[in-house]
Parts: sequence; C-alpha cells; structure tokens
Amino acid sequence: MTTKNPAATTTDTTKSPTAQATPLIPLPPTAARALTIAGSAAALIGTFLAWTWTDEFPGNLTVTGYPGGLQVLTLVGAALTLLFALSGYGIRGLGWLTPGGTNSPVLLLALGVLGTTGYAMGAISDELGGLVNLDPGAWISGIGSLIAVIGAFGLPVDQPYDDGDPTPHLWGRIRHSLTAPEPGRAKDLPSWAEILIIAAGFGAGLYVFAYGIGTEYSELFIGFLIIAAFGFTALTRAGLLKRLSALTAKHRNVNLAAAFVAAICFPFTQSNDQFALIGANILIFATVALGLNVVVGLAGLLDLGYVAFLGVGAYAAALVSGSPQSSIGVHFPFWAAVLTGAAASLIFGVVIGAPTLRLRGDYLAIVTLGFGEIFRITMNNLNGNSGPDVTIGSNGIPNIPDLEIFGFNLGLPHDVAGHELTRSGNYYLLMLLFTAIVVMVFRRSAESRIGRAWVAIREDETAATAMGINSFRLKLLAFALGASLAGLAGTVQSHVSYSVTPEQYQFAGSVPPNSAFLLAAVILGGMGTISGPLIGAALLYLIPAKLQFMADYQLLLFGLALMLLMRFRPEGLVADRRKQLEFHETGQLDVPEDAPLPEGATGVAKAGA
Amino acid sequence: MTTTTTATTTVLDASNVTMRFGGLTAVRSVDLTVNTGEIVGLIGPNGAGKTTFFNCLTGLYVPTSGTVKYKGTVLPPKPHLVTQAGIARTFQNIRLFANMTVLENVLVGRHTRTNEGLWSALLRLPGFKKAEQESRERAMELLEFTGLAAKADHLARNLPYGEQRKLEIARALASEPGLLLLDEPTAGMNPQETRATEELVFAIRDKGTAILVIEHDIRFIMNLSDRVAVLVQGEKLVEGSAETIQADERVIAAYLGTPFEGAPGTEEAAEVEAAEAQSTTEGDAK
Repeated sequence: MTTKNPAATTTDTTKSPTAQATPLIPLPPTAARALTIAGSAAALIGTFLAWTWTDEFPGNLTVTGYPGGLQVLTLVGAALTLLFALSGYGIRGLGWLTPGGTNSPVLLLALGVLGTTGYAMGAISDELGGLVNLDPGAWISGIGSLIAVIGAFGLPVDQPYDDGDPTPHLWGRIRHSLTAPEPGRAKDLPSWAEILIIAAGFGAGLYVFAYGIGTEYSELFIGFLIIAAFGFTALTRAGLLKRLSALTAKHRNVNLAAAFVAAICFPFTQSNDQFALIGANILIFATVALGLNVVVGLAGLLDLGYVAFLGVGAYAAALVSGSPQSSIGVHFPFWAAVLTGAAASLIFGVVIGAPTLRLRGDYLAIVTLGFGEIFRITMNNLNGNSGPDVTIGSNGIPNIPDLEIFGFNLGLPHDVAGHELTRSGNYYLLMLLFTAIVVMVFRRSAESRIGRAWVAIREDETAATAMGINSFRLKLLAFALGASLAGLAGTVQSHVSYSVTPEQYQFAGSVPPNSAFLLAAVILGGMGTISGPLIGAALLYLIPAKLQFMADYQLLLFGLALMLLMRFRPEGLVADRRKQLEFHETGQLDVPEDAPLPEGATGVAKAGA
Repeated sequence: MTTTTTATTTVLDASNVTMRFGGLTAVRSVDLTVNTGEIVGLIGPNGAGKTTFFNCLTGLYVPTSGTVKYKGTVLPPKPHLVTQAGIARTFQNIRLFANMTVLENVLVGRHTRTNEGLWSALLRLPGFKKAEQESRERAMELLEFTGLAAKADHLARNLPYGEQRKLEIARALASEPGLLLLDEPTAGMNPQETRATEELVFAIRDKGTAILVIEHDIRFIMNLSDRVAVLVQGEKLVEGSAETIQADERVIAAYLGTPFEGAPGTEEAAEVEAAEAQSTTEGDAK
C-alpha cells in the first residue's frame, strides 16, 4: 500500500493507530480486499451467463456469453469496482484513479452493483412470478455483488472520525465509511493532455447521458439510475470529479466548447426520433430554467409565474408562424418570429415587473404566481366567447408549420455524414443554438457590473442602494432579461410541439416546463450556476418521461426528492462556491493562502503611507 | 453656498432639518455644516436621533422639513442618487454583501462611478474590458489602503469583525465620495482596533474627503474631530471644539443626568459615607 497515492497514508490504519476509524465489519484489510475483488469478479462473470430462461423479461437476459440489458449495467459496475479495488493495492498505473478516497469509492460502487443486480433479480422474479425464474447466472452475480459489499465494508475507512463525534453510532459509521478526504492539488500536465482529458470526460458524460435517454424500458432506466447515482458519487469520493473540475476551471473556454461539441453529437447517437424529442424538450426546459436562474439565482427575485414568459414567446411565435388557424394571418421568417417572441416576452416582463418589483420576498412570489395564472386564464378566455378571438381558447393554436431556415426544412429527416438527423434532432440542434446564447448571456451578465449589482441586491438591498445601485431599475432589468430569454425558448417550443395551448403553461403540472418544475430545476441543480439548472432540468424531465408507470405518484416522489435534497445538499447538485460556504460552515475552502501580514500595524501602516 | 472666506468650501450644509414619525419628532430643526478637509463628530445619548439624522442626509428618509445641500445643490431624496452625488456611508450594524468576496464588495461600491450597461457586458463592447480592469485596479488600491489586499478573494462573511468594518469603509470609499458618513465605526472594537480606525480616518481626511462621524466612544471622537456637535432628544444642544464640548455643563447633564430636586447634596453624602465607614469598622471589631 505504499505508492505515490496521497490517500494511502490516511487509509493505512496499521501505520497510524491514531486513525481510530474502524471498518464496519472487522476483517483484516487484505482479506477484505480479496473478498471484494472475488465478489466483483463473480458478479462480472455472472453477467455472461443467462439470468432467466425466457425472453419475456425485456432485454433478453437468456443468452450465455453475451450480456444484455440490465446485465450490461452490472458488468460495467463490477468492472469499475474491480478497477478501483485493484487501485487500492497500489498497482502501478492505477493510482491516478483515486487521488481522494481509495476505499469509499469501492464501497459505493459495490453498493451500486448490488443495487442494480438486486433490482434486476427482484424485477425478474416479480414480473415472471417467483424466484424460480432466476437462472444460475443471476444468482452468481447477485451473491457475488453481496460478497463484494461485505468485503468493501471490511476495507479500512478513508478518513478518521470527526473530532466532534469520535464514536458515532451504526448509522453514523455507515455514513462515515462513505466519505473520503479531498484530493490534493494535481500535478500540472501539458495543456494538450489536460484538454484531452476534458474531451474524454465530456465524451464519457455524453455516452452515459445518451445511454440513459436511449433506455427502452423502465427496468433498464431504473437500473441505470441506480448504478449512475452510485457511480457518480464514487467518482466524487475518489476525487476524480474534483480533479476534472479543477481542469475545466483552468480551461474554461475549452470546457465550454467541449460541452457544446458533446451536446451537438447527441442527436447523431439517437436514431429513434422519440428520444431525440426528449433531448429537444430537455433543452427547452433547461434553457428556460437558466433564464429563471438570472432572476432567482442572481437577483434573488422569487418568481413563481415564470412559465408565463415561455408562453408569451410561444404564443407570439405561433401567431406569426403562418398557422392556418392563427388569428393573424401572417407568416414571418423565423428570425423575425424569434424577435417578435422575445420582444413580446420582454414587454410582458416589464409590464408585470414594473408594479410588482416594488414588493420584496414572499409578497413578490405570491404576486408573480398570480400573474402566471392570469396569463393562462387570459389565453383560455381569448376564444371569441369570453373575449376577442385571438388564441382559440383552450384548444390553442394548432398546425404550426415546421421551420425552414436557409432552405433547410427542419421538419424532414436529413442525412448528415452518414447519420440520419430526425425532425426532433433538427429542432434539438436549433434549440442548442438558443441554449448557447442563453449560457453566454448568463455568463457575461453575471461577470459584469450589472451582475455584481444583482448579487448585491440579493444580499442586502438597503446596502446596495446605499452603494448607489438603483435597485428598482436593476431588478426590472433582471426580470425583463429573464423574460426575454424564456420568450426565445418559447418561439422554438411552439414549433417543436406543433401547437400551443394554455394548459402547457401551468404553475404545476405533470409535464415539466411549468413554473414549479422550473424553480425546482434551478434549486435542485444549484442556484447561480450555469451547469446546475441544465443538469437539474435534465433530471427533472428525464425521470418522469422514462418512468411512465409512476405518473400517479410523480408529484409525491418529486416532493420527497426535494425534501431529501434540502436536508442533505441544500446548495443543489452543482454548488456555487458561495452557496457551499453559506450552507456548510467549513470556513474557506479553495481560497489562496493569506500572505502573512504584520499583526496590528496592517491597515495603519499602509493607510498612513 | 460656497464661502470663500477661509479658502474652504462647505461640503455639506444641512439647515433646519426636521424629521417627524407621526407624533414623534425624532430630529428637530438641526443645522449642521461640514467643510472640506474637516472631521466633524456627532455625539449624543442613545435615542438622540443621530442615526435618523444620518438617514435624512443619505436619502433613506426624506426630511419632513428643512433642506440638505451637498456642495451647493439640494440632495435628491433617493439613496442611490445621494451616493451618486458624492456622499457615501457605512452602517451602524455592518451591512456587507456577506456572500460576495472582499474585492467584489468594493467593486459594487464602484457602481456609480462606472457606466457599463447590460449591452456592453453582453456584447463585450470595446470599453468593457478597460473599464472592468480600471475598476479592479482602483478597488485593489483601496484594499491596499485599508490593509485588506491579501484577503481580496475571501468571502466578506469570513473576515474578522474589525476587518469587516474596514471593508465597509473601503466599499464606501470606492464610490469616490466628497463626504463620508461613518455610523459608529468603532462599535465593538478593542482599543488597538479603535486606534487603527482613528489612523484610517485621518488618512482618509488627508486624501481630501470630509468626514462626519457618529460615535459613542468619547475619547475617540475627541481625538478625531475638528468640531463636535451634540444631539440631545432630536435637537442640537451645542457645537464646538472638543474642549468646549467637554467643559459644557449641559452636555454632561445630558449624558449623566441632572441632580433631581432635593437630591442629597455633598454634605449629606459625606455624612452617609462617614456613617457607613463607622458601621464597617464596628462590624470588623466584632
């Protein structure tokens, strides 16, 4: 266990008896490691055998020698467990895998494999009626993964207990065995190598994401979620994500470019139009969430009616789209429709914002909630009966034609470099352009005088005005900017979904782009960050879309998930550095060391000079 | 309103300022002037209306009657416009932007002295980078000046108390004020920190900014101020040099209270003391 691996010193309990943290299952470290490896190997071998006798269970798990469906997930998980467990032996060339913790990633991965395999076995016996339907392969994988977990619980714990709680109880010890120290600073690599690593990271991310969207039945998706969640946590504990984010922070533009290249590649990985449509809808949802992040995350204005701005953009674009049912019989070119949608949202934002932004906090939230509903009801009532006939009431504006940009008809599939790009793929790419614009707007405005003023208003409005900030004007600016960004997304949305109806723009509903889900995406992902709302939106869209059978319990589960998140990770999945410091009293994390200053004489000496 | 008699100009001229909240008159017809290069102290017992008067000066309150002029022009009744005109302030209870870094706090203070709008930021128009760079340089200068440069990347909330006070002053100075209003800058400080603040205030004065300071620490204010005004129950009792104020009986009465009618005089007090001394010695004897 003596390697260049910095974590090895903390894991080696024999050398330092002061590291009192004992493993949960008292095993000699060598035996524990051997057990883990043997277990994972068994789980891995099991995936090559048949798990059940009939192909009635989706994914065909009957073939020997060729893993399929859920078996692949177990296979990948077990292989990763093996790799990390071998890295614990200090095998040359594997040390880079675990700059942070060595054993907690193994434990997490082993748990993930057990979860997926256990779930698969449960699902098979449940759907086919009894444990008899399990073939030996499933038993080998299942028992193997169980042994791996037992072994992993016997591995030495990565870091000693906190000083505040030296003898935690069972639950505390389980939680503790999943923690790991932060990785040290990485060696500088040549920049081409670092860029290559970023590219590889995004490639892997894209592959995982595309696999998740492409899962064809909900069993596979659940298995995917289990292994992905555990795997993601394991990579975090191993310190790999920290290393990667350090690299991305160093090469920000490369990082951004890599992210967009990966995103552009996505539709080419999907031959099924349905999955590309999910991608396009995720982008619409994510873009609007990012727009909301300007209002909520930067300026701190809680807007509960934000989806109305998406609706204004969509309705405006639909009215000028040349739809035969549109009450205005005009057909604007797309660029003009986009400007119309954004401008309509902007005007709507200013009209709503001007009176309401004089309110603060909860009052603002309630009033925006009201205006959001007013929009929907108004669209319902402009049907020729209760009011002038503009929006055809609850039927909405149907038959919105497909876009044609520079002779490129987005409604038809195209062949690009041997890959078929479906209709939804086309719209996905168009929407990606808008997402890029919104990302740029967010980033540039956040890092400017205006963005700082927004954050100052969020922090302390009275102090901000005393610093010369016209808080009303800046809040209105944030509101208007957020509104027009949502309007942009709305113009594309109306074309993607062929029609706009008032019911698409509710406060809370089962289909994601609604105010409650938008806010949830921002909070779940991480307020004030760029990647946070994108990830939050992807999860919030994908999970309900993939798990149709849970539709009845969707809001319940959603509420539970939010509560758990607020309890365990209040800063969101992607933490803004500020937020992390705000919610966890850990002092300064990644701030450069102070230059030592002479005590007492600091300010005076300089001030007097 | 410029008086050229002594080659100094009046920076702040508050005349006849009255502030009423319903039936309560918090500030009653107060006149106060501050000239360039001057440090003026404002003292008074708790509840005398010092902070209310401050808020009238900075546009947080609009005075019920009376006018406040800054360099000859009447101040607009909006805090951000007052700051833009050239009056900056600090707060009695520190009001930093806690989750912004030290540098960002000072950069926010520069808001009124820069004018890059949203378009400039979004399109990165030619002037943007230059203005941003200048702001940063200016902010770093101020942090050097207050001795916080080494902590520029720390979050404001993680600074020790004394440094938070300094940061508030640096943030206020970032708006390049002609007049700085300090609301109890040494509250909660130990003697060393108070000394350091004193030096800092002198240094700011030497850079040409006039200062009006509210303080409870009498020694601090007497060392610091060229003139001191005493506010009692909303009215200006007396104004003058530190010595005049210290000698003024009304000021002492305002702070310590006047002896009430029929209060024991010195003779009676001496008798009581003597009696007490007697009883204790007797007690010891037993």
